[in-house]
Amino acid sequence: MSPEKLDLLQGTLDLMVLQTLTVMGSMHGYGIARRIEQVSADEVLLNQGTIYASLVRLEQRGWISSHWGTSDNNRKAKFYAITAAGKRQLAADARYWERLKDVMERVLTMDKSAEGADA
Amino acid sequence: MSESLRLVKRIWAFIRREPLDDDLEDELAAHLQFAIDDNIAKGMTPTEARRIALISIGGMDQARYKHREARGFMTLDIFKQDFKYTLRTLWNDPSFTVVAVLILALAIGANIAVFSVVNTLLLRPLPFPNAHELVWIAPPPTKCGMSCATYSTDAYDEFRINSRSYQDVTGYFAFSGADNLSLNLGGAPLPATSIDVIQNFFQVLGVQAQMGRVFTAEDARNGAAPVVLLSNAWWKRQFNADPNIVGKAFDMNGKQTTVIGVLPASFDFGAVFAPGTKVDAITPLNLYGPPRNWGNIITLIGRTKPGITLGQAVDEAARVAPKMCWNNRYPESCGNYKGAVVPVPLKDYIGGKLRRSLIVLWSAVGAILLIACVNLSNLLLARGAARSKEFAMRGALGASRGRIVRQLLTESLVLSSMGAIFGFMLAAVLVEWLAHQGAIALPLLSLLHLDGAALGWTVLISFVSATIFGIVPGLRMAGGNVYESLKDAGPGASASRKHERIRSVLVVSEVALACMLLVGAGLLLRSFMNVLNVDLGFEPDHAAAIKVSYDDNVPNDKDGNLSAEKRGVIFQQILTRIGSLPGVEAAGFTDYLPLGQNRSWGLPYPKGLKPPQGVDGPLVYVITPGYMRAMGTPIRGRDFSWSDAPKGEQVVMINKSYAQYLSNLNAWSDKDALNKPLGNGGGSDLHVVGIVDDVHEENVDGDAGWQIYYPMTQAGPNAAELVVRTRMNPSSLAASVLASLREMNPKQPANEFKPIRLLVNHAVSGRQFFMLLVVSFAGLGLLLAALGIYGVISYSVTRQTQEIGIRMALGATAGHVRGRILTSTLRLALVGIVIGIGASLGGAKLIAALLFGTSPWDIVTYGSMALLLLIIAALSGYIPAFRASRINPTVALRTN
Repeated sequence: MSPEKLDLLQGTLDLMVLQTLTVMGSMHGYGIARRIEQVSADEVLLNQGTIYASLVRLEQRGWISSHWGTSDNNRKAKFYAITAAGKRQLAADARYWERLKDVMERVLTMDKSAEGADA
Repeated sequence: MSESLRLVKRIWAFIRREPLDDDLEDELAAHLQFAIDDNIAKGMTPTEARRIALISIGGMDQARYKHREARGFMTLDIFKQDFKYTLRTLWNDPSFTVVAVLILALAIGANIAVFSVVNTLLLRPLPFPNAHELVWIAPPPTKCGMSCATYSTDAYDEFRINSRSYQDVTGYFAFSGADNLSLNLGGAPLPATSIDVIQNFFQVLGVQAQMGRVFTAEDARNGAAPVVLLSNAWWKRQFNADPNIVGKAFDMNGKQTTVIGVLPASFDFGAVFAPGTKVDAITPLNLYGPPRNWGNIITLIGRTKPGITLGQAVDEAARVAPKMCWNNRYPESCGNYKGAVVPVPLKDYIGGKLRRSLIVLWSAVGAILLIACVNLSNLLLARGAARSKEFAMRGALGASRGRIVRQLLTESLVLSSMGAIFGFMLAAVLVEWLAHQGAIALPLLSLLHLDGAALGWTVLISFVSATIFGIVPGLRMAGGNVYESLKDAGPGASASRKHERIRSVLVVSEVALACMLLVGAGLLLRSFMNVLNVDLGFEPDHAAAIKVSYDDNVPNDKDGNLSAEKRGVIFQQILTRIGSLPGVEAAGFTDYLPLGQNRSWGLPYPKGLKPPQGVDGPLVYVITPGYMRAMGTPIRGRDFSWSDAPKGEQVVMINKSYAQYLSNLNAWSDKDALNKPLGNGGGSDLHVVGIVDDVHEENVDGDAGWQIYYPMTQAGPNAAELVVRTRMNPSSLAASVLASLREMNPKQPANEFKPIRLLVNHAVSGRQFFMLLVVSFAGLGLLLAALGIYGVISYSVTRQTQEIGIRMALGATAGHVRGRILTSTLRLALVGIVIGIGASLGGAKLIAALLFGTSPWDIVTYGSMALLLLIIAALSGYIPAFRASRINPTVALRTN
């Protein structure tokens, strides 16, 4: 683990939330936050509280839905689930990230020969 | 799609935040509980579990804040909060709130009202479609009055046919006076005012009838059935807004006249073309009937084709003018109009003369608003001083500087909005009142109303003023040192000194502004007094005039002599009868009264000399014996007499200026026009039997031109105004004069018996209007400045209570204390006055054109205004000074 945690880029948290809900199904806020922390192996700097800003944004856009329910250990909690529109959005966002990742990879791994070949 | 959905939800969330907040609280509580449960499961103590859970949430408040930020509109939330807080604080300080809102309401109200006037007269297009295409076609200004500003029907036709720049050209008959229509509904005839227009008048202006139709070419033909269009106001007043009026016929001037339509309320002929008069009815002018031989009678108005520039229209008019004939039967009259056909935008013709006055007026209200802002700044500073601890406390608790400035600006905004609301109401009252001041000779006044532009202006100036008066106190408050403010236990501390310096600067600027306003108002007032003292050439008091209807028609009267004889008999009878009424000193007839309409008939010239080209003739008045005495105009020589018969020697009277001009032509050895014959372009010679004083015929504040008077028994009058002079109040004669006229002629309408003084008042009403407005603004400015001085001095006295107490305990007398405070007051005022006088001297040029007989650097005005300001400043400083001198040292020293 690096001494400094990763700052989340704009919009990445929303994508993580959508992905988490797709894989895990209906979840409450704490569960989503914990899941993201676990998957990222505590690499990202996530104040769990910020998850609620992300959730309200996603819900207002119609990408996730929410309902009050009861958790496994019998506590009242608000559960979120991804909607059809949310799945489409996730697919689009994921493609975008793939492309960005590829570009970044190529940029960061370039060497002189590539430059010469081009010239 | 998803973004607009989100926007809707955000707005919803902003409005309905409580349930959402509750929801969030539950959710966060659940979150915390889950985390604690997990942590306990990991083996932590409950306390430790809770602590770690809170850390990983990253602060409950931050979570709430971020959630709300994403959910609704945080900025608006803060504004709402500030707004509520502001309302609460203002509510708790009612005297401050009332004073502040009152000051703002007065200043903003005055600004909106003046803006509406400026907007109507200068900014807004005229109330016609595509008004920019409309032009007024007239020669450059001359001294021969309307006759030189009008054209003959032949000239009109020629111009219309030869011009390519216009969609069409129209005009109206320029010489009809008030009460020229008599409506006979069975009882006594009712007086009204009508005007003849060329049949295409409304098409050219783009005005539609509200009911019925406007004129067509058919209506103006020879032998066409008489028709009339009613003004909206007359239709409502005289015909009770009869919805079925169109098609009905009434006896007007003895002819059954059919009403073909009612004009919309938005069209007011008087407001546009004859300010200060009301026109009730509009009738079509038959260009090819008798008017053909009446000479210059038509004013021209054209509508240019789209895309034609004013320059093109002017060039074309200059080309067409030489082809225009005064009368096609006299080829020598062709070319008379050379250089005398110049189109100007109709809007400039109507409002152009007022531009300067309006700008001055606008600047005056602008100054008022500035003074009000300065005052408000001062009040807020005083209040802020009392609240500095509150702000320091908030700062210490973590409020950012921006947040506090925002809070203070919100307060300013709320105050100015409240001021704007009341100001708008005040302006509505003012504008409504102004729109009904029919006697003020300002164009378009009756069309005045508060519109969207006025509302926009209100919003703009209230925002601007809120910023102006809010920013200084805001920065002052927020910039205060927290520690100092908290520690500052009471008056006399150094932080307040800086405070006071700002306030002094504000007061000085306020006094300077008020000084400029006062000087401007003083100059205008003095000019107005000078105008009232002008020797008009007649005595306007104790005389009144009424329009008399008469019938001098004689069938088959070839040269007009028979009808002149008949007229002479009628007028002599009337004058004998009226002259015998108790209280009547003198009576006589004229066809045009001074300060009203006029015309000219060419240039009578010393017999034997050839009249020069291009010199405008004198204005013509056709009068009876006794008229000069009734008007109070002295005569050298003799008055006309009833024995100046139609076939006798043709006699005239001329005014001094004209006599002077004629005498200087060296035709007469004694250089005196009296009893000399004048050649009259082919007609009989005119013998000058009298020379009269110059009468101001067009305006009070201009120079009198040339005038010539013909006897009604030898020349044809256009109308008959009976002027009666009395030693009593003229209105007391109204009933007996009208009754006598009725007895002699049952068709005499109940025309108004108008005091001659009214003519003068009407002529100076525009000047008076501006003068009164500027003077009242100056008064308001003075009041506000006095308030400002009082506020500052009174505050500084309160602050120095302790110091004064010590001084008095050490032996200072009450007089000494008062003197010190008065001196500091006067010092502030003097600095303000010096700056104000300096600025006025610099800015006086702006106002110079509006002055009459007064220098823009008039020492008396400057001196008296400076003195007035000083006295007011001393008075407003005296009250707190007096209070200070009554301070009881023991009490003062104990209070802290």
